Amino acid sequence: MDLELSPEQEEMARALRQRLGQAFGPEARRSAAGLPGALDRGLWAALADAGTFCLRLPESEGGAGLGWVEAVVAFEELGRAAVPGPLAATFLAAGLVEGADAGRVAVGACGPLAPGQPGLVEHLEALDHLLVADPSGSLVRLDPARLSARPLPRPLDPLTPVHLVEGPLPSGEELAGPPAGETFWRQGALLCAALQVGLGAAAVEMAVGHAKSRVQFGRVIGSFQAVKHQLAEAWVALEVARSAVWAAAATLDEDGPGQDRALAGARLVASRAARVATRTCVHVHGGLGYTWELDAHLYLKRAQALDWQFWPPHAAADALEAGLGRA
Amino acid sequence: MRLALTPEERRFRDGLRAWLEATLPTLPPPPPADDWPARRAYDTSWQRLLYEAGYAGITWPRQHGGRGGTPTEELIFLEETERAAAPYVGCNFVGTLHAGPTLIAAGSPEQQARHLPGILKGEHVWCQGFSEPEAGSDLASLRTKAVLEDDHYVVSGHKIWTSHAHVADFCELLVRTDPEAPAHRGITWLIMPMDSPGIEVRPIRTLLGVGEFNEMFLDGVRVPVANRVGAENDGWRVAMVTFSFERGTAFVSELLGARRMVGELARAARRLPRGPGSAWDDAAVRRQLAEVAAELDALWAFTRRNVSRASRGLDVALGGSAFKLAYHQARERMAAVATDLLGRAGLAMGDPLGLGGADHVEEGLYTLSLGIAAGTSEIQRNIVGERGLGLPKEPGARGGGG
Repeated sequence: MDLELSPEQEEMARALRQRLGQAFGPEARRSAAGLPGALDRGLWAALADAGTFCLRLPESEGGAGLGWVEAVVAFEELGRAAVPGPLAATFLAAGLVEGADAGRVAVGACGPLAPGQPGLVEHLEALDHLLVADPSGSLVRLDPARLSARPLPRPLDPLTPVHLVEGPLPSGEELAGPPAGETFWRQGALLCAALQVGLGAAAVEMAVGHAKSRVQFGRVIGSFQAVKHQLAEAWVALEVARSAVWAAAATLDEDGPGQDRALAGARLVASRAARVATRTCVHVHGGLGYTWELDAHLYLKRAQALDWQFWPPHAAADALEAGLGRA
Repeated sequence: MRLALTPEERRFRDGLRAWLEATLPTLPPPPPADDWPARRAYDTSWQRLLYEAGYAGITWPRQHGGRGGTPTEELIFLEETERAAAPYVGCNFVGTLHAGPTLIAAGSPEQQARHLPGILKGEHVWCQGFSEPEAGSDLASLRTKAVLEDDHYVVSGHKIWTSHAHVADFCELLVRTDPEAPAHRGITWLIMPMDSPGIEVRPIRTLLGVGEFNEMFLDGVRVPVANRVGAENDGWRVAMVTFSFERGTAFVSELLGARRMVGELARAARRLPRGPGSAWDDAAVRRQLAEVAAELDALWAFTRRNVSRASRGLDVALGGSAFKLAYHQARERMAAVATDLLGRAGLAMGDPLGLGGADHVEEGLYTLSLGIAAGTSEIQRNIVGERGLGLPKEPGARGGGG
């Protein structure tokens, strides 16, 4: 039993963090909002070049042959850098959709739309493919160009543009039958949980930095327990959530017992931890945190938006509760 | 990273399982909660059985009579004993988890030879004389004074929250030996035999109605200088060793018990009538239980991560503080769900409606102690904020906590 990163896994995280620090700094983050679908194609290719999307593909298919643990380690770094784009869907599409593994295409995902109900799709302008995952059915590929949709002027996260899809989804090509939709839905949730842990970690780091330098009443505000304790709470919640995400990933890799419960719990706990961490980050920055200028709101909004991609935390809770007291 | 056990770890687990299966049916029924001499006898004879089977002091070095095992084996031991409903560590808590490890880390060879075997074999029960009425979270302000007279320290003062003092043979005692020095630098760690003249023990009744805690009044108690662990005035550093143990794996059995309790509450919810159906029909109850279950599962992952870090020789003191803080919060949420769920079934302790499982009323009250004992949640937040995040101390506040 060893629930800690191996030296190779640590090195992978370090290398990716360094690469993202160079390729996707605060400037790039700001300018990405102006790109179609907020997708930086150069960055997308660079991520593919770093082996991000093909990480889990077997080596015989040109991938790195790594597991879910490495995937969540990588996605935590992508979250930490607040990289925008349909990361999880493109990652999951590697091997299913031509060019996804190489970063030549951007693949988005959504759930089935209820008949007669409008729905939202993220990053639509940048998508080459849209996968529709039916949690109780199959995985279908659509041509995004065939969607009748209009952009919404004020998306929650400026780096996650959304379109309102009007009318029913066009028919597409079934990539895989049941339970592929559900599998896709849940695996995407694990990657979202890892992104949220990274976003939360970046937010806490930023807030701690501010608390160490901002002086009020003649002392740095981080010396006040009222501030210090909030930051400690956020840090602890993230450490616990990170452990849950790692454990869920390792359970999948090892085909161990309790995979559904581990994944549902990780989804739920990471969502809560990221919420606490990113909201605390805004709060600790005071008035500055409430402005558009500071990145604090980007962490918060992305973390919030990720709750509603793939298997959402409330559905994970429903799945978890059904098994309680039955074992 | 690997969640599964190694072949050696599996062998250890299987051997332990077989031993538990053979041994547990031979145990007498546990004694009543308020019969302390009987509880001492029960707990120490369990410790003796563990010793004889090679399961005492799993991570203690072999040279000190331990098994020389890994932190993971200790975790497996805690998991398997909880699963099999084996006795808890009970009265042996301070000896096996505080005093013993402290003596291994900081005791002299003579002290180790004198005391470690008695702890492992269940011959000696230890208690902890750290807190005082005026020195709680600010432990370093303790005032129980020890004056050197020839080859003895003469100790007078007032200790509180001294677990198991009335059935203990020895006390790990913190005393002030230099009243002039800064608070942390005038403290000494002593081994006090509990049969020394001048010790008066008075039980404290906790809000549970019973309790393991005591007050201890010391009046001119003579403790040989040979019983000093570490140097004079270096007791704070020695005590810090103990704290990191205390917050390390001390809560593993509890955490596993709490995970089991969530399942019990879900079963109780399906049985408790509410309107035309059961309490389980209430989506809020189900959702809250799921959230608590997820938090406790995550804490189990966090525990295994901390144990993995310990196996690599990495520092786990911060992880221990983080764990205790988060565990208390999860238990508070569970207590709230349980209270709302039980309704009138919670008007008496002892499971009056026969719902089965733990006494959730008592557990809910006990949960309060988790935010107070072994460093309050506020102290843990200071530790995380200051040592983990590098935030400065409150100006004017003496460092503290532990």
